[in-house]
This record gives sequence, structure tokens and C-alpha cells, in this order.
Amino acid sequence: MSTKHSKNAEKFLQNKEMVKWHDQTLWMVRAKRDNMSRELPEWEHLRDMASAIKMYSNSHLDLLLQEFERNAHANGAHVYWAKDADEYCSIVYNILHAHSVKRFIKSKSMLAEECGLNEYLEEKGVEVVESDLGERILQLMHKKPSHIVMPAIHIKKEEIGELFVKEMGTEPGNNDQTYLTHAARRNLRRKFIEAEAAMTGANFAVASTGECVVCTNEGNADMGTSQPKLQITAFGMEKIVPDRESLGVFTRLLARSGTGQPITTYTSHYRKPRKGGELHIIIVDNGRSRILADKDHVMTLNCLRCGACMNTCPVYRRSGGYSYTYFIPGPIGINLGMLKASLHYFDNVSACSLCYSCQNVCPVKVDLADQIYRWRQKLDGLSVASSSKKIISGGMKTLMEHPHLFNFALRNASLVNGLPGWMVYNGLNDWGKEHDMPKFAKESFNEMWKKNKVK
Amino acid sequence: MKVGLFIPCYINAVYPQVGVASYKLLKSLGVDVDYPLDQTCCGQPMANAGFEDEAHELAKRFDRLFEQYDYVVGPSASCVVFVRDHYGNLLAKESHRCATEEKIYDICEFIHDVVKPVSLQASFPHKVSIQNSCHGVRLMHLSSPSELNIPYYNKLRDLLSLVKGIEVVEPERPDECCGFGGMFAVEEHAVSGQMGRDKVQRHMDTGAEYIVGADSSCLMHQNGIISREHLPIKTIHIVEILASGL
Repeated sequence: MSTKHSKNAEKFLQNKEMVKWHDQTLWMVRAKRDNMSRELPEWEHLRDMASAIKMYSNSHLDLLLQEFERNAHANGAHVYWAKDADEYCSIVYNILHAHSVKRFIKSKSMLAEECGLNEYLEEKGVEVVESDLGERILQLMHKKPSHIVMPAIHIKKEEIGELFVKEMGTEPGNNDQTYLTHAARRNLRRKFIEAEAAMTGANFAVASTGECVVCTNEGNADMGTSQPKLQITAFGMEKIVPDRESLGVFTRLLARSGTGQPITTYTSHYRKPRKGGELHIIIVDNGRSRILADKDHVMTLNCLRCGACMNTCPVYRRSGGYSYTYFIPGPIGINLGMLKASLHYFDNVSACSLCYSCQNVCPVKVDLADQIYRWRQKLDGLSVASSSKKIISGGMKTLMEHPHLFNFALRNASLVNGLPGWMVYNGLNDWGKEHDMPKFAKESFNEMWKKNKVK
Repeated sequence: MKVGLFIPCYINAVYPQVGVASYKLLKSLGVDVDYPLDQTCCGQPMANAGFEDEAHELAKRFDRLFEQYDYVVGPSASCVVFVRDHYGNLLAKESHRCATEEKIYDICEFIHDVVKPVSLQASFPHKVSIQNSCHGVRLMHLSSPSELNIPYYNKLRDLLSLVKGIEVVEPERPDECCGFGGMFAVEEHAVSGQMGRDKVQRHMDTGAEYIVGADSSCLMHQNGIISREHLPIKTIHIVEILASGL
């Protein structure tokens, strides 16, 4: 009984020191989030409001997105609609191609990751530079993010030191964070100056004003867009919020939930092209309208990508982002992966003890654990349910539906206690790998009751 | 007020003393309690594993078995909340209106919210660390979940405060999952085992002699870890403490 996730997790867990560090580091972020949320007496009310606004905006997407388009046009932006990843990538490429862009700087965007934008552009000869430091480190290492907000959380500074010796000519053995950050800063400055176009994602798109809002801590998204005349912004269509009043509800929740800060260092509103420049905005579907029609999972469209569900998830903290087969890990990733391609990503559905903590930290009240429970019910219909779990469940059904069988089993269960250890703790017994077996009682409660021993 | 005692399958088989303590405790509080025969399992293990449909018949049996009672009370928050939250849905598929979902209580919840005793005979001169189990906390609301910005409360602590001589503490990360999760403990045994070892360690760090909880399943998991690793702490179900001396 195992899944790709459980096998990957088992490997991750072999490095005890790393596991402890990963668990404690992310728990610390959860604890910061708790402290921040407790500073606001209206916190739970804010979560209710945020969830209600998302339910409204997701059920009025047609109107809000068209309102956004009208306002963005009036602001002088170009607006494009992309139905899937291919359209999104080719729209970006066509814009760059039309402007003969060879050097392109891009801020962190989970949508770009979802659609494979970097690979697409690099194949066509466009150099893409990630401006977020964590993403830049991973890009130079040819690795993928292991967390959606702290993408390089799994990389130790020693590895970054080694990487920078090779890529930026830093002095070998100097792994001081400040030193390395300055080196990265100098290196990126050149890229900012050389870039012919810049791209950002968007945390929010405001329908009533036609502006896109980008929340970052490093300010590198803004460094990127400050120099080139050509700017591209793309967002998944569920990022729309009706107006600035509702935006305020989300900006109060986002950083507090994600990193335990009152607000991100930079909250930039991109509204118009700069003087003599161009602003191109791409609104992307890529499966979102299909989710909109799925009542069991529609609430995933509430997600702000704050990462709080990962930080609180006891399984994520102890198995790491790479143990999941979808590029977004943790509770939200389990669900988004299943929505993307169930037959491809069902291995992650096992990565949940149904503790429901994710559902309680989520700032927009996505029913994450309930959805995982529902996915489990669907695995058998998809013919990908674990055969041993199916056999156990079927066996239990027969046993439990027949009290005489159950009582017979109870009467004989304590015989198991006497089995020699090698029969109980063999390689086939996954429970026995971590625990000793529970000892069956000599007399069950049913037996005691019948013998009038319960008084 | 007639109460039907619900004894989950693994308590029946592994921890019958928890059932006995539940019965004695309710009796001592003046509750008219009876045990309908031929109980087996509520169906949660199959449902959490993804085979909810295997629980339909069990839900129908369960509903019939407890038809005549005003309340159904069981010493397992997780099993009770499964019945409360899922039976309605399961039985709707069978065009059967579920009668149990509105009258089923976890025993701590029932004593705390319905019986409301102001004193108990119990005495337990030991230091205990509360196992705030996930379903008890986040689905049954036995205590305030650490994630929410709401005032602290804990019904288990309230009940334990009626016990003479006891010292009650809670571990760091007071409601982090212990890693049981039914078949999760087998399918994801490596993660589950690590969660269990971490949880037991945090209970031990309090200096407690006992881990006390309202869910024997979490305790069974942690007990397996304690026994394997030869750790100096024991587990006990809360009703065994509340019924001590009866």
C-alpha cells in the first residue's frame, strides 16, 4: 500500500536533520501567522468577508472580467484572452517577437509555472531571467519551486554559496547571507538594465479600475518593470476582485496568512502604460471555467496562493514540496492537481491525515480537507484506488455488516497477541514499520456486556 | 432521557475498559443508559480511505439500532462526528432520513453540554497532557482550534478540572495532528510515524505521566510508538480518569 507521494516522503524522511529543520522553519511561519491574525480582533470576520467576496466574484466572472477589460482599455492597455496554456505562452511570445525582444525579465508567477512559460520562451530563443531571488536561485540550479511563496525554502545557504561561486564569481566558502544577497543584487541589477521587456503576474485584478496589483517583498518585480518600455502582466481569471474596497479585505489577509507580515513590503498597482511604453494584459482561463462548473471543487477558485495551508500541513512539513507530483504541493496542490489531471496526479491524495488544519488557516475558507475526502471517494471510479485499501474496506464491510462474524473475530482476536514477533513485524506490515501492534483485549466489550460484567 | 451507548469497533476489541468506564460514568451521573447489542463499526475507516459506499449498510443498521433512544453517546469524538457529519448524506442516497445525526454526542461533549455536573468523585493524582484530537477540535469543537482567532476554551480541560489531585497541561503545538488518520497510518506510514514520534515527544516535554484524550484511535497510534520506542509515558482515555473510583 503506497503512492508516489508516500514513497517520496519516505526518502525525504531519511534525512532526519533536514526534516526537523523543514518542519520547524515552516511551523515558525505558521506561528507568525497566528500572532499576526490575533492582532486583528476582526480576523474571523475578515475571512468570512473574503470568502463571500470570492463567491460573488467567481459567480460574476463574466461581468467583472468584461468590466476590467473596458477599464484597462480606457487606461491604454492591450487586453488578451487566453483559453489555455498554449495560447497564453504564444501571446507572450508574439508580443516579445513583435518587439524583437531577446532579453526578458520576469517576476515570480505561479501562472507562468503552471503554463510552462519559461521553457516555451527559451525554446524559441528568448532569454528569461527570474527576478525573485528564490526563483532566480532555482532557475540557475535548474530546479523547481518546493513551496509557492518560499520557492527555495528547501535549499541551504551552503548550496547557494557554491552556486554563486560558479554563476557570479563570489569567493569560495563565503556563505554569509548578506554577502550572497549583495552578490545576487549586483548580478540582477545588470539584468534589469539590459532587459528589453518585463513581465509580472498579478495577485489581484481590480474590475472597477482595470488595474493589476502585485504584492512582493523584494521589490524586484518593480525593479523589472521600471526600466523597459514594454510590460506584460498575466493573471488567472479568478484573480479578479470587484473594486478597491474589496481589494483591501484581501491585502489585509494575504501577507498575514502567507508570511506573518502585516502587509507585503511592496503592493504595486499597475494601471497604465508608462509614457511612451506599452502595457499588455493577458487574462488566462486554462481550466478555470471547468472548475467553475464543478460544485464539489469550485471553492479552489477562492485561493489567493498564500501558502498558509502548506505551512500548517503536518504532512507537507514532514515530506517536503518535491514529494508531491504536482508543481503546487500541500493541501491546495493536492486539489488543484486532481482538477488539472486526475489520472496523472492522484498519487497526492494520500498525503492527508484529514486533520482539517488547512481549512482553518485558509484566509478565503477553501474547504481543502473536505475536497480531499471527496477526491478519495472518486478514486475507485477513476480506477486508480489502492487495491489493498479496497480489499481491506471490502473485508471490513462484510465483517461489520454481520455482528456474528464480528463477535466471532472479537472472541479470537486476542490469539493474535501471542504470535511471534517475526510473524507480526515483517516487511508486509506497514503499521509494524513504525509502531507495535495494539493488543487485543481477552474479552471484548460485547462479550463483557453479554456476561453481565459491565456494571 | 434514554441514552444508547455507542462503542466503536476498536474500543470493543482493544480498549473494552474505555467502554466500561463510559457506562459507569454515565450511570453515576444519573443517566438512564443502555447498550444496544450487536454494534460493530460506524464505517469511518472505509470512508476516509475512499470507500464511503461501503458504509451505507452500516449507517442504516446504526440508525435502526439507536432508533428508540433520545441520545446516542460514544467515547470517540472522531467516530461520533463521522456519524454526525456524514450519515445524513450517506442515508440520503438510500432515501432514508437519518435520525441519529442530530442526537449523537461524544461523551465529553454530552457530559459537558447536556449533563453539566458541578462535581465528580474522581481522583487522579497525576500530571496529564491533553491530546486535542483533530476531529474533536476542528469538527466537534471540543476546544478552540489554534488556527482561529476566538477565545480559548477546552471542554476536556473543564471536565478534568473536576478531578481531585490532577495536574493538567497541554503540549506545545497543542492541536497538531498525531498522524493517525485511519489507513493514512499505513499508506503514508513514514510520515505518520514521524508525526506520531513528534507528538509523543511534545507530550513528554511537558513532564506529564499520561497522554489523555477523547479518541482512543489517536491514543492507540501513539501507544504503538511509545511501545516500539520504549518511551516513559502512558496513554489513557479521559473517561477512565473521570470514572476513576467508581
